[in-house]
Amino acid sequence: MGIGVTIGALSPATEKSPEAEAQAAASAEGRRAARRRAIESVAIPLGAIAAALVVFGIFVALTGRNALAVYHEMYRGSFGTWFSFQNTLQRAAPIMLTALATAIPLRLGLVVLGGEGAMVLGGLAAAAIGIHLHSPFSVKLAMFVTGALVGGLWSAGAGALRAYRGVNETISTLLLNYIAIALLNHLVEGPLRDPASLNKPSTFPIGDDNMLGNLPGLDVHWGLGFGLIACLIAWFLMQRTTFGFSARMVGGNVRAALLNGLPVRRLIVVATFVGGLGAGLAGAVEVAAIHGNANAALVTGYGYTGVLVAFIAHANPLGVIPVALLLGGIGASGGLLQRVFELPDATVNVLQGVIFIAILFSDSLCGRRWRRLPARAVTE
Amino acid sequence: MSQLFEKSKKHWRAYKESMRKTRPFGSWIAKRLAAGAALALVLGLLPEGGRRGDAVAAAPLTIGFIYVGPKTDYGYNQAHAEGAAAVAKLPGVKIREEEMVPETVAVQKTMESMIHLDGATLLFPTSFGYFDPHILKEATKNKNVTFLHCGGLYQEGKHPTNVGSYFGYIDEAEYVSGIVAAMTTKSNKLGFIAAKPIPQVLRNINSYTLGARSVNPKVTTTVIFTGDWSMPVKEAEAANSLIDQGADVLTMHVDSPKVIVETAERRGVFVTGYHANQSALAPKGYLTGAEWNWAKVYTDYVHMIQNGQTYPHLLRGGLKEGFVKVSPYGKAVSAAARKKADAAKAKFMAGTMVVYKGPLKDNAGKIVIPAGTEEKQTDIALEKMDYLVEGVVGKTH
Repeated sequence: MGIGVTIGALSPATEKSPEAEAQAAASAEGRRAARRRAIESVAIPLGAIAAALVVFGIFVALTGRNALAVYHEMYRGSFGTWFSFQNTLQRAAPIMLTALATAIPLRLGLVVLGGEGAMVLGGLAAAAIGIHLHSPFSVKLAMFVTGALVGGLWSAGAGALRAYRGVNETISTLLLNYIAIALLNHLVEGPLRDPASLNKPSTFPIGDDNMLGNLPGLDVHWGLGFGLIACLIAWFLMQRTTFGFSARMVGGNVRAALLNGLPVRRLIVVATFVGGLGAGLAGAVEVAAIHGNANAALVTGYGYTGVLVAFIAHANPLGVIPVALLLGGIGASGGLLQRVFELPDATVNVLQGVIFIAILFSDSLCGRRWRRLPARAVTE
Repeated sequence: MSQLFEKSKKHWRAYKESMRKTRPFGSWIAKRLAAGAALALVLGLLPEGGRRGDAVAAAPLTIGFIYVGPKTDYGYNQAHAEGAAAVAKLPGVKIREEEMVPETVAVQKTMESMIHLDGATLLFPTSFGYFDPHILKEATKNKNVTFLHCGGLYQEGKHPTNVGSYFGYIDEAEYVSGIVAAMTTKSNKLGFIAAKPIPQVLRNINSYTLGARSVNPKVTTTVIFTGDWSMPVKEAEAANSLIDQGADVLTMHVDSPKVIVETAERRGVFVTGYHANQSALAPKGYLTGAEWNWAKVYTDYVHMIQNGQTYPHLLRGGLKEGFVKVSPYGKAVSAAARKKADAAKAKFMAGTMVVYKGPLKDNAGKIVIPAGTEEKQTDIALEKMDYLVEGVVGKTH
């Protein structure tokens, strides 16, 4: 999609030959199109959110609550105070990482739902390494590297099944999630169990010295930093490298990619691996920043939330950041709706559903010609 | 429609009023700007942003209740919500409730949100898994807030002093339920559907079986572990499977007994409940059940805190202390069964009943409590239970 723009921008417009003028016109046309796309990519989702808020407002009004009061309270709970804003950031952090597990393979046209499993096993592996090593720095490093690698390998397994055996990656990653959770439960209740964890079977603790702290000046742990950095790296990888270009080509037309001699199978395995790294890291962060050991609380559902985020963000790693923040904000404000208005817990799920349906639907508006078509097109 | 509009308008006015009373809105911009500026200047030195809790100290005692599942689950969470409802009726108290809060950073944020945005100074985070690390972390961060947790995990000297933990000896009510089940069964087969083979669950299974076999030694209890606290599909499958194997009284230790109770009723077998009273779900087959009585525990705690008394950091009790209760007997319970069950209950109330005493064998024939040894309710050995007693069909692993 960026090709037209690049050609237009690169064309020299110094000479006044007819070709050059035609090129200049094409370039201007290209710039206009690019501008329109840029405006659309912001305005349409915002419009969709506004429309969704109106629909949800009607829903709220039907329960006899004042929609404005509800929105005011939601704002207060998600962005309106310093505490609330940090709450939103904290909730968004793990979702940014798990979203990558879906977003990157999605660029190749693969629908991967395996973020949950990769995250669970990444966390388990991080804890298993953490309790066997000493000296804080190397322990932390080892935990994150191991967690990410295990998540990546778990995810790449499904990628390899797809690439070399034709197994549908959506089904295999979904089922592998259950296996990962069963493995976690088996290991924390059996071989890896700390005998002192009586009624909450867990691994041994990694120790307070090995815990991950907060970002400076914030009450948000380093997972947020990891999430932002990972999204930036993933964006660079997908948009600015040969690997990313090849991957996107596979997603655009796999036959064309094959005819051009791209190693499609290897690309699939690598993309699922890279995506899994993010989810595995998310698991390691859960252990290192929150729980201090691995137990059933690692099964958080962040992996599935990540799927949603990846799709809404159009698999763009940079788009993942604002969408994760939106979801984090909805999560942060959900509690207040229960407490202040005594609305049921499912209320925020309704809002989330309405917003996402609106955004997905609004995609069909992108790239439409808003003005009437030129006469030539009409008479044809 | 106009009615709805009126209602909405009224709601808005009430809401504005409540906002005006609790905290002036509009100062948030200033606060955030100030916080942001301070952040830029003294990066890392800023204490956590404005504590709203301090501003509303004179207001009524605001108490937050946090549940891991739905408040209306006919089980664990409903039992706590019933306790919260009793607290809400007390004078000088305002309660705030939040359900479906997972045992992740989400519960830390919910606690902080209740403290900062609602002005809560007393919290009841009710799920067992909330304690470590979530409550411990928040209690260290918020010294002026009291955290009371369900699970009995408090350790003097190790945990923050603004934390308390309470629990009930609900296996006493299980023992009584087991007696009723054994007096009702025709097949001498009882079915027990449980989440995980952890000490607390094993103790319930064992007490139930010991109660049953105290009146009918031919009875066996078949156990199925589902693997997690809320697995409605597996629970229904387990219930059907146990009934197919001949069990005619079912019971459970899962977060929401609803599915099991309904399945039993539909299949025409009996059931004894857990956590809360499920008799409405099985009017024919509901015999009795082991219920929590958090209303007593919570109102006692709130009284102590309102009167400025020191509260016990570790609070435990059984039938005698009113922490747990036995559901009223159903229609299907015979007079003989009532008599036996009431006799056992009377012994618990008198404090003379000892459930775990030697010689006691596990279901592999190994002696777990030698002859002459008594393990009373407070005995620490019972907290580490890792066996199933003779008469239980099942394995802990």
